[in-house]
Amino acid sequence: MNKVPGYLDPLLILSTALMGCALYLIFIWVPTETNQGAIQRILYFHVPIAWGSMLGIFVVSASSILYLWKKDQKWDRLAVSSAEVGLTFGAMMLLSGMIWARPVWGVWWTGEAKLTTALILFFIYVAYLMFRSYFPPGTQRQRIAAVIGVIGALDAPIIYFAANLWSQAHPPLITGPAADADSTLGSELGIVLLMSTFAFTLLFVYMVQARYKIRRSEDDIVDLKRATTTPGVS
Amino acid sequence: MTQTNTIAIKAEAVVKNYGAKAALRSIDLEIPTGGVTILLGSNGAGKSTLLRVFAMLTRIDSGNLTIHGLEMMKEGPSIRANTGAALHAPMLYGDMSVRENLMFSASILRLPRKDTLIYETAEKVGIQDRLEDRVRSLSHGLQKKVSLARAIMHEPSLLLLDEPESGLDGRSVNQLDQIIAGYRSHNRTVVMTTHIIEHGLEIADHAVVLQHGNVILMSNDPITERSAIMNAYASVGAKL
Amino acid sequence: MTDTILVIWAIARKDLVLEIRNKDVVVAITGFALLVLAIFTFAVDLSQMNAKLIGPGVLWAAIAFAGVTGLNRAFASEIESSTLEALLIAPISRDLIYLGKSLGNFLFITTAQIIVIPTFAVLFNLIVFRWEMVAICMVTAIGFSAVGTLFAAMSVRIRAREVMLPLLFLPVVTPLLMAAVESTSYLVNGGTWGEMASWLQLAIAFDVLFIVISALIFQNILED
Repeated sequence: MNKVPGYLDPLLILSTALMGCALYLIFIWVPTETNQGAIQRILYFHVPIAWGSMLGIFVVSASSILYLWKKDQKWDRLAVSSAEVGLTFGAMMLLSGMIWARPVWGVWWTGEAKLTTALILFFIYVAYLMFRSYFPPGTQRQRIAAVIGVIGALDAPIIYFAANLWSQAHPPLITGPAADADSTLGSELGIVLLMSTFAFTLLFVYMVQARYKIRRSEDDIVDLKRATTTPGVS
Repeated sequence: MTQTNTIAIKAEAVVKNYGAKAALRSIDLEIPTGGVTILLGSNGAGKSTLLRVFAMLTRIDSGNLTIHGLEMMKEGPSIRANTGAALHAPMLYGDMSVRENLMFSASILRLPRKDTLIYETAEKVGIQDRLEDRVRSLSHGLQKKVSLARAIMHEPSLLLLDEPESGLDGRSVNQLDQIIAGYRSHNRTVVMTTHIIEHGLEIADHAVVLQHGNVILMSNDPITERSAIMNAYASVGAKL
Repeated sequence: MTDTILVIWAIARKDLVLEIRNKDVVVAITGFALLVLAIFTFAVDLSQMNAKLIGPGVLWAAIAFAGVTGLNRAFASEIESSTLEALLIAPISRDLIYLGKSLGNFLFITTAQIIVIPTFAVLFNLIVFRWEMVAICMVTAIGFSAVGTLFAAMSVRIRAREVMLPLLFLPVVTPLLMAAVESTSYLVNGGTWGEMASWLQLAIAFDVLFIVISALIFQNILED
């Protein structure tokens, strides 16, 4: 059906090219920020990756709602593909954030609102994927998974609000060179971030659609298995 | 629209899968109003799944299903108000007495005159002396009777029974037959599975034989078509 | 309207009758929570300053973990005897089943709190007997049962549900847990309503949102 080899996928080519441009801008073009030093360059990855994981949550919840409404398998496939890719982005976001925070804030982790929210949402989507693999097959699994997808997204603003309120009462312990001190970078920072965000968004889209195709093949295999086996014989 | 008066259950291309396992493969079926329909087939043929679908415990993946002309997905509560079911498990609270179990069902069903109703129903199935016993202390057969009592308490126009005679003694089977006969005479519908095929064919007005989630035979005259049904039943490898 | 309330109450009342007879849920929650509190009395140094600092966190972590264990039981028993199916066959809409089961669970958690909180006050030497505490306990119990009933119903067909339920439940109730801990902190430090108002508002918003959403969404999860 599809004779074009996977590496010629236009999305893959485009996101590779954009990623190359982004890497050039991040490591060669943009000057080093003087307050934080080279470590500041992590932000050019961290911010776009965080955006990707948020996009993941958004796609999971939107396609979960569409699945509950339309009961069409494709929305369920899109939800699970997006959850898996989003969770990968989420893990990278947490790790890159910690690597950056240690020298800049002086701590690996702190109770800052965005961090708490990100971590808890990460756990909710881990639970979402675990649920899918534990539950016996059938449409009930898909319906319940969609419910979890919606609940996670609805909970996100409340978690953020609570985490924000919490961090006001417990100011984060930050000892390193202050992160938010006026940056020595002006418009360059914006350009690099924009480019990098573009590249990672495209990577996200490519990964989700690749996973979606695999998911569809998996479903086809299940259908074939069902059609060819005669129950009762074994 | 006149059809809705004579067709109790109408299934069109009903499919239910559990992953790679097919439970129902494109079932087309019309079950007429007012009569006893028995579902026959070997284990795993889809009888119980079909009953669970009619009871709205299992959601179909695709196809159409109407009960008394009402569409299943849209008018759930009004369909269920006229459905009674005694399925494989007794569905009773072990730590409550028979009376408490029936009382709970009656209040969920919003039935009036609960006390007299419970006594009358218990009398019909022959458990009126056991009303104060905890369900846990009852034998399997008695639990089946309580389950049956719960299913018929609100006199539903559609009664679904999954192997109702299992665990019952001879006298109780007669009581069961009387209840079913009473249902038939009131132009209500009974759909049941059975593993005692001879007995089933005696009381049935319609017979459906299932195999691997397909309907392989539908008979509206089980007495004269008895041998054809028996052949179909034997061909699916079920033990008689 | 009265019909609806009667059905909800019938379901909750049935759970209460069963609970009085076999004491599954409340004993599980209370026993587990008390054990956590007892372990903390020697796991950390409970001088007066420390108790005020860590006490509220320990209390609500104990209740959250204990609550999730109890909620597991509350739905598992309906599955073991297939009685959930009897509820599903009944001509009531699914949201009433949800509200009835939630009401039962709310009463169980509240009962457990009535035993756990005085014990906490004694073990940690903190004064918590104020009206504010009643409000905190109420909003938390409502939220726990609203979310817990939904997730317990989702997890019943999973064999590893003892693992799955906490993994779903605890992250989602984090805002509520923060609200309970922070308000209790204000309370043990002699704070006023005004100081904990924003937390209580947050908790109430959480409760309302999850009751409404869960009731709406419940019809999607019960049938197989």
